[in-house]
Amino acid sequence: MFFQQLINGIVLGSTYALIALGYTMVYGIVELINFAHGEIYMCGAFVGMYLVTVFKVPFVLAFLVAMIMAGLLGVTVEFIAYRPLRRSSRLAALISAIGASIFLQNLALLVMGPRPYSFPSPFTPKVYKTSLVIISKVELIILAVSFLLMLGLTFLIQKTKIGKAMRATAQDKDAASLMGININRVITTTFAVGSALGAAAGVMVGIYFRSVAPMMGLMPGLKGFVAAVLGGIGSIPGAMLGGLLLGVAEVMGAAYISSQYRDAVAFTILIVVLFFKPAGLIGRFLQEKV
Amino acid sequence: MFSAYYLQIMILVGINIIMATSLNLITGFTGQLSIGHAAFMSLGAYAAALATLKLGLPFFASLLFGALLAAVFGVLIGIPTLKLKGDYLAIATLGFGEIVRIVFLNLKITGGAVGLRGIPKSTTLLWVIIAAILTIFILNRILRSRVGRALIAIREDETAAESMGINTTYFKILAFGVGAFFAGLGGGLFSHYFQYIHPGSFGFLRSIEHLCMVVLGGMGSMWGSIIGAAALTAIPEFLRASADYRQLFYGAILVLMMRIRPEGIIGERRSRRKPPQSKDKKLGKINIFKVIGR
Repeated sequence: MFFQQLINGIVLGSTYALIALGYTMVYGIVELINFAHGEIYMCGAFVGMYLVTVFKVPFVLAFLVAMIMAGLLGVTVEFIAYRPLRRSSRLAALISAIGASIFLQNLALLVMGPRPYSFPSPFTPKVYKTSLVIISKVELIILAVSFLLMLGLTFLIQKTKIGKAMRATAQDKDAASLMGININRVITTTFAVGSALGAAAGVMVGIYFRSVAPMMGLMPGLKGFVAAVLGGIGSIPGAMLGGLLLGVAEVMGAAYISSQYRDAVAFTILIVVLFFKPAGLIGRFLQEKV
Repeated sequence: MFSAYYLQIMILVGINIIMATSLNLITGFTGQLSIGHAAFMSLGAYAAALATLKLGLPFFASLLFGALLAAVFGVLIGIPTLKLKGDYLAIATLGFGEIVRIVFLNLKITGGAVGLRGIPKSTTLLWVIIAAILTIFILNRILRSRVGRALIAIREDETAAESMGINTTYFKILAFGVGAFFAGLGGGLFSHYFQYIHPGSFGFLRSIEHLCMVVLGGMGSMWGSIIGAAALTAIPEFLRASADYRQLFYGAILVLMMRIRPEGIIGERRSRRKPPQSKDKKLGKINIFKVIGR
């Protein structure tokens, strides 16, 4: 029973981790909570669902197209709602981000209608049993894909030129700009990559629960953010760790405490972390200087 | 005097004026973005309704009870603001709002998802007008006093305010407490007018609605909040806009106002120039992209 819950928690947590990566990357570069990230996750899931069910596109292709489309959407949101406010106060940027989130959510509600759409699983239902746990093929695929994406992201940030530019921008935007790094291009890339990861999580959650709905981004979006804060916002390994821990904590809380308070687990963790260790598990707390 | 429909709109305008002006104290004047204002409203609404139903308190006492309970929670949620700034605070208030909603959804005494029914209809237009005027009056007195100047100083530059000897912690908690008190008052009036409340009445989107009223009118402008609340309550009613379009509209307002006129419709235009900010000024400014490499 315990190990089964652990596995469920890790599967859920790996999707949170993918969402959290989007938040943490954007925060690391532009110091802004991209509130619309949950909606980008939802849009990714819808694109994937549409391609598979209506256009009969093979799943792998649909998955990639969903990631690309979500990347474009993320860049568009940045261009419309965040870029003009880069020089204004943080409060203004944050309010604009919340506005973008509400706008996209309700746009989806108007276009798609409030009812959930079914997303048939493209894989044959198959479960693997061991003495301790039962794990389905979909769950294994989610774990594998999440792992591969995180590996890919680490490679992108550590080994490529644009990754180097991203790290430099995160460290000091002005100095990076003086070194000839095109800051706008770095920010665009960050939004595109972060959004694509969010969409990957969206599509996988879609096939996991076999449904997608316009409001599906709200809670996972918030929880992805909680995961990013838990790990230490701005830190990429922190987001991965935070996502997994949050998923496990949530499933354990639902199983052993009360399933009705499932959603409250994440927010309680958030407030406790912010209160005792605002820099998160892996983050470093920098002293405020004038 | 009015048809029931117009009466309801006027009562809603009054309640929303109380909500918007009290949120303006926290967000507009003190500069602490709160996106959980509906949680304070729900605390006031439930506490006042339960005081009437279970304790048999008179209407006025119930309202006061609800408002005080909300204020207590306002202070409680204000305490983490000692440490949290900007984005973190916004998320913490959001988390607080969600926790309150989930607790109300599961408690027995609040009727769970079904909500509370049969609350006596004690709120009249006169009560709402008196409460709104009282709220505006008290908030104005606060803002024109030493306290108000301290709050505005915190908004403008917290570090500078602190070095000028302002106890920023105390004043931020005070702003949350007072703001929550009036939000609770608004909640009490709400539950005693509609006679029925459920956790869904006070979700995240209602907090956004209040924020929209403040932003549209102008953060840091009392008249702005009053006009913003009246406009965003009455215009959609007269336009007969459906609830879906209304939310879409709110999202667009937030983005567009920040781009075009961040000081709101009638807010005073402050200097657009911003002093260059030190890189590590803000909490949580952590660049750990390099952590992987180490």
